[in-house]
Amino acid sequence: MSAMKTSFTRLALAAGLGAAVAAGGVVAASAEEPKRGGVLRIVVGSKIPSYDGHRESTFGMIHPIRPFYSLLIRVNPDDPQSSDFICDLCEGDVPAPTNDGKTYTFKLRQGVEFHDGTPLTAHDVVATYNKIIFPPEGILSNRVSRFSMVDAISAPDDHTVQFDLKYASPGFLPMVATPFNFVYAKKDIEREDPEGKDPQYGMKWHQNNINGTGAFSFVEHQPGSHVLGKRYEKYHHEGKPYLDGYKAISAPKMSVRIQAIRGGRADIEFRGFPPKSRDDLVKALGDGINVQESAWNCTFGYAGNQTKPLFQDKRVRQAMTLALDRWGASNYLSKIAIVKTVGGLALPGHPVATPEDVLKTYYGYWPDIKKSREKARELLKAAGAEGAHFKIWNRAVDQPYKVVGTWMLDQWKQVGLDVEQVVVPTGPWYAGLRDPNAFDVAIWPSCQSIVNPIVDAGAWLSKDRAADNRGYYTDKVLDEWYDEMNREGDPDKQKEIYRKFEKRVLHDEAHFGQVLWWHKINPHRSFVKGWKIAPSHYLNQSLDQVWLDLPDEERKQRTMDELGG
Amino acid sequence: MATVSQGSLAVAMFEEPAALKPWHVKLRETARKQPVGVAGAIIVMLMVLMAVFADVVTPYDPLLNSYEYMLAPPDGNFIFGTDMLGRDVYSRIVYGARTALFVGFASAAVGGFLGLILGVSSAYFGGLFDLIFQRVMDVFMAFPLVIMALAVVSILGTGTENVILAIIVPFVPRCARVVRSSALQIREIPYIDAAKACGFGHARIILRHMAPNVMAPFLIMVTAFVGQAILTEASLSYLGLGVQEPTPAWGLMLQGGAEEFAESAPWVAVFPGLAITLAVFGFNLFGDALRDVLDPRLRSSQ
Repeated sequence: MSAMKTSFTRLALAAGLGAAVAAGGVVAASAEEPKRGGVLRIVVGSKIPSYDGHRESTFGMIHPIRPFYSLLIRVNPDDPQSSDFICDLCEGDVPAPTNDGKTYTFKLRQGVEFHDGTPLTAHDVVATYNKIIFPPEGILSNRVSRFSMVDAISAPDDHTVQFDLKYASPGFLPMVATPFNFVYAKKDIEREDPEGKDPQYGMKWHQNNINGTGAFSFVEHQPGSHVLGKRYEKYHHEGKPYLDGYKAISAPKMSVRIQAIRGGRADIEFRGFPPKSRDDLVKALGDGINVQESAWNCTFGYAGNQTKPLFQDKRVRQAMTLALDRWGASNYLSKIAIVKTVGGLALPGHPVATPEDVLKTYYGYWPDIKKSREKARELLKAAGAEGAHFKIWNRAVDQPYKVVGTWMLDQWKQVGLDVEQVVVPTGPWYAGLRDPNAFDVAIWPSCQSIVNPIVDAGAWLSKDRAADNRGYYTDKVLDEWYDEMNREGDPDKQKEIYRKFEKRVLHDEAHFGQVLWWHKINPHRSFVKGWKIAPSHYLNQSLDQVWLDLPDEERKQRTMDELGG
Repeated sequence: MATVSQGSLAVAMFEEPAALKPWHVKLRETARKQPVGVAGAIIVMLMVLMAVFADVVTPYDPLLNSYEYMLAPPDGNFIFGTDMLGRDVYSRIVYGARTALFVGFASAAVGGFLGLILGVSSAYFGGLFDLIFQRVMDVFMAFPLVIMALAVVSILGTGTENVILAIIVPFVPRCARVVRSSALQIREIPYIDAAKACGFGHARIILRHMAPNVMAPFLIMVTAFVGQAILTEASLSYLGLGVQEPTPAWGLMLQGGAEEFAESAPWVAVFPGLAITLAVFGFNLFGDALRDVLDPRLRSSQ
């Protein structure tokens, strides 16, 4: 199977980015013949805000809903660590660009049908991507800014989709492969309100309804309890899925999810457990549990709100980053929390990621924490901010938010800052982040799916360009460098621009304090086969390659229990 | 009492020496009569002492993270072990008593006082005011205590002050209702009419003549409230809506890491759980004993 890769993803492969580690049982690719049947039971730790992938950005939606949908292209489920893209609804290989890198033409598979029987055509894909990239006013699409290179989408015929770009961009294909880009039927997007009230009814239809071409079709959603899906017999990947169905069980508390797996009420959790829980499960279940681990494409950082005078002084921001003992934390916090790796803005191990020796020259990354804190105190004194008081705006989720937030508080206290923590539930927390008057310092995590640091650097642009800029700053230098970087065709030059962009964000201006990168640990029942860990909890969730290595009777019983036969 | 004559007065005089007993004798007698109450009082006293002298009786700063001792089991260095950030569980429990008592006493005192004034006023004025006021109280009392506190803290936000406010709100109608029933009897006693006839103002009659006479049920209520407030604060903190990290608070200590590591490091959950149980138990025992001592019906039946 050949696949289109960018220069960077090829390099990433060579660098062994995010090599998955297996512990407990053996998770290596095996030649075992997949067994058909049975129902997979997943535990999910977050609610489903809506079913619309274009709108949402949470694993709480992806894990239970992604199996109902297909993508135009996707990360290879057999090698999800690689950013090796393969066709899902397109046919053959992922196309190479033409027209100096500015045109991508996808040929679609024929004979694909939506779960309601509607045949898939290129017009469905065009309508889908128009909704994602050019949503009408009033329709939220979460990844609009990342598709800034796209000029137009068209369907030359019923089975061909063409993307015309404004400029050649290596970030385009990774954006197309984003797992939130569910392909919808055009007729659903264009549905009219039966009551004639809402002219955007069709654009919102997928928030509450499901009709995809995925490996499983929707059976039921009991809010607060579970989502149930059953095998779609006309699925376009022949012979798949292997499962009769899956049940995504809602369990917001981590302790409940761990106990569900331990007690045999669930088979797998796709987000990730802390190391201690992994150890407990392995100790309790021995060979009955397999553990897959991977680098995780999620940053955990913070930003001082630059609408507030204290954080307008870059010496204060620099002092804050200097106070954090990242190297120490990587050692001890990784024992209790789902964070581990010290890094800059790009996932460590990726070709554009700054090497450790360079990183150690940036504020906050010095190996000598005493010296670092001395410098922090000096800067605070110079800024007249000794003993300054502020509050951290944190999310009421233990892992890793509260654990790392409480650690940060202790670190800042050690340079004389007087810090409090305000911990609020997810909804109000997000609402607060959107209100610059609501907080002093925001915890600023950034989780992406495909490892695509060049495009993802868009998160640190000025507030008028990056909707999720939690520092509320304007830095036109960063904006210029970002545009320059994304239009640059030479990977070496691109890397060079990325480095100065990163240095400005982390060191020179200290707009953003990157704390640690997350580390993904997925313990699962050892009879769950075919699923491979990706460097993101959003990736590889179609479940079409998953099967259960259980005795025939047990698989049948599961199907009877969950689907009634 | 210049003259000692006959009859009931003589009997009263004969019983008088009880008041002259030294305090330790009286304490011994009370302990004999109310052993459970004294046990409760001892627990409460210990808590108060712990809270007041927390700086003296703790070996470590409760906020000090010691990453080399994360989740260390109880031993000579850390008698209750350490939590996930290497903080001494014993020190956090002792300082947690400060948080618990501050929240407990502040909310019970303010909630009780407001309830006292409103309850006595309602009984004193009677009529339409009493009718409307009691229906408002009915509405408040329709909500279970924790639910009402949750609602208030959801509106006001988290933090110690807001938690106190959240607990005060459901306490006020509960106290007002009990106090009102006692005050209704007081209102019918002629000295209230006499006070009115003397031209005293409403405030004076309520505060100086009626409120002191409902002190017995009031004190019993307030004592019980302290225990309830501690439990409510712990519940709110456990739910993440009370005081916030790194403040040492028992409910907060039961949350997060305690759940996650309950199996491999049970001390993180067990000791704060015991502290909450003991504190509530102590205040309830003390409150029951106080009721037995102060309630004349129960006293006469003994």
